[in-house]
Amino acid sequence: MYAYDRYDQAMVDARVAEFRDQARRRLEGKLTEDQFKPLRLMNGLYLQLHAYMLRVAIPYGTLNSRQMTMLGDIADRYDRGYGHFTTRQNIQYNWIKLEDAADILADLATVEMHAIQTSGNCIRNISSDHFAGAAHDEVTDPRPYAELLRQWSSFHPEFSYLPRKFKICVIASERDRAAMRLHDIGIRIVERDGEPGAQFFVGGGMGRTPMIAPMVRDFVPLDHLVTYAEACLRVYNRYGRRDNKYKARIKILVHELGAEEYTRQVEEEFAHLIDQGVEPPFAELERIRAYFGDPPFDDGPKTIDRSDPDFAVWVDRNTHRHKHDAYVSAVISLKPVGGIPGDATGEQMRLMARLAREFSFDEIRVMHTQNVVLPHVRICDLPKLWAQLHEAGLGAPNMDTIEDIIACPGLDYCSLANARSIPLAQRISERFDKSGKTERLGELKLKISGCINACGHHHAGHIGILGVDRKGKENYQLSLGGSEAEDVSLAKITGPGFDEDGVIEAVEKVTDLYLAQRTENERFIDTYRRLGMEPFKEALYG
Amino acid sequence: MKILTGNDLRTGAVVWWTGEFWSSRVDEAVDVGDRAEEIMAAEEAARRVNVPYAIEATREADGHVRPAHIKDRVRALGPTVRPDLTLKPQDPEALDWVI
Repeated sequence: MYAYDRYDQAMVDARVAEFRDQARRRLEGKLTEDQFKPLRLMNGLYLQLHAYMLRVAIPYGTLNSRQMTMLGDIADRYDRGYGHFTTRQNIQYNWIKLEDAADILADLATVEMHAIQTSGNCIRNISSDHFAGAAHDEVTDPRPYAELLRQWSSFHPEFSYLPRKFKICVIASERDRAAMRLHDIGIRIVERDGEPGAQFFVGGGMGRTPMIAPMVRDFVPLDHLVTYAEACLRVYNRYGRRDNKYKARIKILVHELGAEEYTRQVEEEFAHLIDQGVEPPFAELERIRAYFGDPPFDDGPKTIDRSDPDFAVWVDRNTHRHKHDAYVSAVISLKPVGGIPGDATGEQMRLMARLAREFSFDEIRVMHTQNVVLPHVRICDLPKLWAQLHEAGLGAPNMDTIEDIIACPGLDYCSLANARSIPLAQRISERFDKSGKTERLGELKLKISGCINACGHHHAGHIGILGVDRKGKENYQLSLGGSEAEDVSLAKITGPGFDEDGVIEAVEKVTDLYLAQRTENERFIDTYRRLGMEPFKEALYG
Repeated sequence: MKILTGNDLRTGAVVWWTGEFWSSRVDEAVDVGDRAEEIMAAEEAARRVNVPYAIEATREADGHVRPAHIKDRVRALGPTVRPDLTLKPQDPEALDWVI
């Protein structure tokens, strides 16, 4: 994986020193909160419901064991013994003291990490496929391009004060495991006639106005990747709505201009930029790419003893086909039955770090589904790996099932939330685990957001739940038919909302209908698409 | 009643105005009547609180203070999904109070 050069390290170290001085001045009263707030947000430090919250960037979700160990140590040393992995492949700490914040950033800098651009109207952490570099179906590892864009977008002087926050995703396979078309810019690396290039999708997103990004360019040669991204950003920076926060995202601009007109303007800007020397030298991409070479895979046994049924279920559910046939990618579920989605204790983080060293060439990935991946595990090592995960409470065999719920922190932690998300996730996973329906339901993606900002990706859930405030009471809207994958679609609201008990009953009803109506091998989303909303409405409200 | 809340500047902890100091216990909050702005300005200027604001609350028959909005009740108790991290880790009824 990428390692900082002296420029990267110098920039991060300088930012730590700068923030230390800013925090000191705030604590001494030399800065007001109004003056300090934008400075702390530039370093990922929010003031949340119970305390300061620090969001740490995990570029394209990739970590090594040293970094994961540090994340665990920070949880124990500065927080209350745990952290929360997010739907942006980052991690958040919920109980940070302002007086500790600079020390935490200094600790992070020792392992080449930071919290820069995890907030504010700038280009945020670049996300990617959590199986990048390991998946059997990718045309290339997308992470060198994500890293190139990370370097381009870090402290970019023109794009540090955009109309609104900006999220970029880079993948390199037909399968979309990263919600690529629900980003401000989604990039898919493709191959045409042996030449690699990039498809650009612009203007997607969730939030209060969910939109699927239209394609604006089918093929951008990779030696123009950064220049084309710059052109997309320039048009947005020039014409994006700064007068209305709720209309300031690029999706609104693309929608209002129309994809064709937006594309025309981008192409015009691109033609202007192409001779301006925006693109970094090819040698820089080659330098970056060298960090992402394959580890030394070997040909081990490809079969294992599956006589333990619990182990066999975990292998079937939580491993993903690898490009080397003696390996798999293993998903560590952070969704134990009744647990808090995405939370991990310091001890669990250090264990995952040790397992990465022992079984996965020191590599770890964070998924946008709030789980963790060991990307390169020898098939013959799976029994040993599973035994340790199982013992630590990290062996839940539930990837992509109804128990693998995405849930934002909701009203339990977030000052923007209208309703709690986590208790719903806990109760639904307990209920379906107890009834034994989870396995029968197969792939079923349930996503819960505690407010319209949609951090829990409810628009993209096969079943989505949105928490709202109804006359001071928590209320939940149910929606069906969303997908963040290559068959991307936005969920539709079923009808009037429910209270907490009611929405759990509603989930039961729509899954019962699915089980009764599905054809062989049909997923929940496929049955919904075949039948349409009406029978589900009838089951809920009829 | 109208009560004041905010966060401690150094730690970020949720605090409530008692009439003399800022307490972590909502039950110690007092009715500030029409003095909210004046108190908040003085306390924030002295850096004894960060981002204070006034909210509606009621004092119940048993003497407990209950903020009107669920968000402030969650702030007063702590995360409902981590009873061990709330101010009342031993009280099984604390969650009912929030909802």
